[in-house]
Amino acid sequence: MFQIHVSTSINGDDTEFSCEADETLLDVLRDRLGLTGSKEGCGTGDCGACSVIVDGRLVCSCLMLGAEAEGREIETIEGMAEGQKLHPLQQKFLDHAALQCGICTPGLLIAAKSLLERNDNPTEEEVRYWIAGNLCRCTGYDKIVRAIMDTAKDMRKQAKPTKAAARKKVKA
Amino acid sequence: MNFQPGKDALKRSFDIVGKRTPRPDGLDKVTGKARFGADMTAPGMLWGLILRSPHAHAKIKKIDTSRAAAVNGVHAIVTAKDFGPCPDDVLDIRENVMAREKALYDGHAVAAVAATSRAAAKQALKLIEVDYQVLPHVTDVDEAMKASAPVINSKLFTKGLDKTPKKASNIAERFEFGHGDVEKGFKEADLVVEHTFKTEATHQGYIEPHACLASMGADGRGDIWCCTQGHFMVRNVCAGLLGMDASALRVTASEIGGGFGGKTTVFIEPVALALSLKANRPVKIVMSRSEVLRASGPTSSTSIDVKIGMKKDGTITAGDATLRYQGGAFPGSAVPYGAMAAFACYDLKNVRAIGYDVITNRPKQAAYRAPGAPMAAYAVESVVDELCKKLTLDPLDVRLKNCSTDGSKASYGPKFDVIGLKATLEAAKAHPHYKAKLGKNQGRGVACGFWFNFGGETSVSLTVNSDGTVGLSVGTPDIGGSRASIGNMAAEELGIPHDKVRCIIADTASLGYNDVTDGSRVTFASGLAAINAARDAIGKLCARAAGIWDIPVEAVTWEHGAARPSSPNAGKHKPMTLAEIAAQAGATGGPVAGHCEINAEGAGVSFATHMVDTEIDPDTGHVKILRYTVFQDAGKAIHPSYVEGQFQGGAVQGIGWALNEEYIYGKDGKLQNAGFLDYRIPVASDLPMIDAVIVEVPNPGHPYGVRGVGETSIVPPLAAISNSVSSAAGVRMTQLPMSPPSVLKALGRI
Repeated sequence: MFQIHVSTSINGDDTEFSCEADETLLDVLRDRLGLTGSKEGCGTGDCGACSVIVDGRLVCSCLMLGAEAEGREIETIEGMAEGQKLHPLQQKFLDHAALQCGICTPGLLIAAKSLLERNDNPTEEEVRYWIAGNLCRCTGYDKIVRAIMDTAKDMRKQAKPTKAAARKKVKA
Repeated sequence: MNFQPGKDALKRSFDIVGKRTPRPDGLDKVTGKARFGADMTAPGMLWGLILRSPHAHAKIKKIDTSRAAAVNGVHAIVTAKDFGPCPDDVLDIRENVMAREKALYDGHAVAAVAATSRAAAKQALKLIEVDYQVLPHVTDVDEAMKASAPVINSKLFTKGLDKTPKKASNIAERFEFGHGDVEKGFKEADLVVEHTFKTEATHQGYIEPHACLASMGADGRGDIWCCTQGHFMVRNVCAGLLGMDASALRVTASEIGGGFGGKTTVFIEPVALALSLKANRPVKIVMSRSEVLRASGPTSSTSIDVKIGMKKDGTITAGDATLRYQGGAFPGSAVPYGAMAAFACYDLKNVRAIGYDVITNRPKQAAYRAPGAPMAAYAVESVVDELCKKLTLDPLDVRLKNCSTDGSKASYGPKFDVIGLKATLEAAKAHPHYKAKLGKNQGRGVACGFWFNFGGETSVSLTVNSDGTVGLSVGTPDIGGSRASIGNMAAEELGIPHDKVRCIIADTASLGYNDVTDGSRVTFASGLAAINAARDAIGKLCARAAGIWDIPVEAVTWEHGAARPSSPNAGKHKPMTLAEIAAQAGATGGPVAGHCEINAEGAGVSFATHMVDTEIDPDTGHVKILRYTVFQDAGKAIHPSYVEGQFQGGAVQGIGWALNEEYIYGKDGKLQNAGFLDYRIPVASDLPMIDAVIVEVPNPGHPYGVRGVGETSIVPPLAAISNSVSSAAGVRMTQLPMSPPSVLKALGRI
């Protein structure tokens, strides 16, 4: 069958692959590139387990064709940590026990990252609505919402110098 | 070195148990490295797909696979013919994984294909020609029980009656539990309330669809990698279905993306194995979400009558229930558990529960978290709530007055040991939630729930490495953090840091048989076995120290992670730590390991009380959960975070069951909402935080006091939410789910 050649960037690495015209990005990631961190829970864009970031936008990779990845920048769960250093969200999910079985975790982490890149001070309601496209059947979301809120708090602290630190700076 | 039941439970302090330690499988799960069912591949692997019946009930006259077999890339096709004779205990499973003479429900498997690509398999599936003769069907439990209903299985004669009927029907079995005289009890009551309730089937809703990779060799030996709650069960069932020796099949449990009972049986594993046998290549099958909903186990839908009598002071004089559960196309619904659990929260003189197991043209039901109990509790706790309202009594006081306590004779027979129901009710009464003010269109509901809990066959192996670390192999798939809990119990017992123990789920060739991860048994039974295995290893470590010191082994004790002379008479010897003894293991007799093989008893029953506030929108019928608090007895919380997680997760699954989730069948008997868009499980924006209050009444049957916590949490929510909505609406709700149309109907708005 005729395949389409695609050049793209995945987690900062230049990547090339060939795929069928009707093949989803999720199938390409999982079956052609061995990036099985993105999961298929439904294949219809209802569960968010396959969430990836494409050119800065949160996308269900089961709803996007592999061929549409041409020239784009794609971020997946495999690229979230920097080497051995976990992304703050990953660490907070562990600290808050915000996972049980872990199948929804990659998608939720990607979705949460996408939220915090836009809004570093979300309300609980904003967090709940932002991740409403990511189904979790184990946790009841309580610890997930807490982990995201706590990450945002820490990230704000780090982003803005504290008042004391700011005063010090002025003195210096 | 086995523990003394009841003697050492909780009369000690702990170093690791009760602490919120990091989870050993956590890093892999937040980085995408963890390998679940669908994440495995093999060289030369084929893709398997399953053709499913589009009819609710149909005779299969002929299957022609010749055109499908001609598709390029197709290497094997199987139908029921490829599954030969098998042991009786797996006959229904054989019929369920591949329809034989009849397709019994919409989604029933009829054939399967393995091909080099999914596209080729898909194309081949379309070319399989099945000649069906459509038969009349029935999907509703009450309809299925009528004499006029189409009989699904002409060989099914109701069991459990005084006389076995001569005519086949859809009623598989009748059960009865109870004691005393309910009629006499009703006469003693000041008020008797009776209602009929209906609940719709719900699905476990695990986010990971069933997935497996099977590989059969020409030598008759095979391997399966799959997401399951019990890989030993998968091995035994698949070996039985394919006529293999158990030792010829090795099953490895992948990480499992949720199960909740739904992965305690097989669906695709024997099919992949049969395809692999035929193709002589590895075959991977992954269900789609639609297949999961159409063909893997939902719960029963039910129809339940409950009648309860109460005195003006709140004393319950009698309780009577008739429960009708349809379990899909095969006998074996959870109705006996429902009937046994219905009145378990109450210490009653006169009680009776009758259950009917009914078959319909629906997928074979599978266990779902406390199977059968939530619906029974929903009906009973709704009637208790109604009595409290009518007699203007406080619902918690009434429950405190009538609740089962230590030594109560359970409605299903046995006497309870030490139990924590009263403690959960007291915790609920003292909680600020109970005193919080309610606004317009808002209501509060409370309900209690019970689950039996289970022990079961368990085999654990513990190895002491020469550097003083420990490997712990267990055979119960980790569905929500059990490796952390079990590893911590072993570390506690050995007296070493928790991160020196690596706990893994070993394959079926590495351990003795382990029952599936069910019945809330893992932290209890695998934990108990891990403690015993650690004690076994400690005995051997003490013997090594005794040898080094040249003193009798009886003169050595183990304390705080080291062997020590038990008294000054034993001589002056510097204590030897586990690491020090392990370093010399080679010179003192070889490796040190501990084992435990048991059929664990003493699981310790579990109770919970839930409290929920809801608000109804009288214009749309939408119900909002405002506040939710769980009070549950954990016996001893080994890892409190994961205990809270079980409480919260169960409550939210209950919220889905109460408000949104339902199997919707058309008149044609086809499932109309086989996807996550229309089968709507709760999302984050539907919910508030779920407060989890851990009550600890130690289980005398476990050395640390552990009770299983996984299942009880889904038992009270249906009733608690219905009581809350009934209170807000001012009408008794008697049907689940309480979706907007049904609430509007109850309010008389439509």
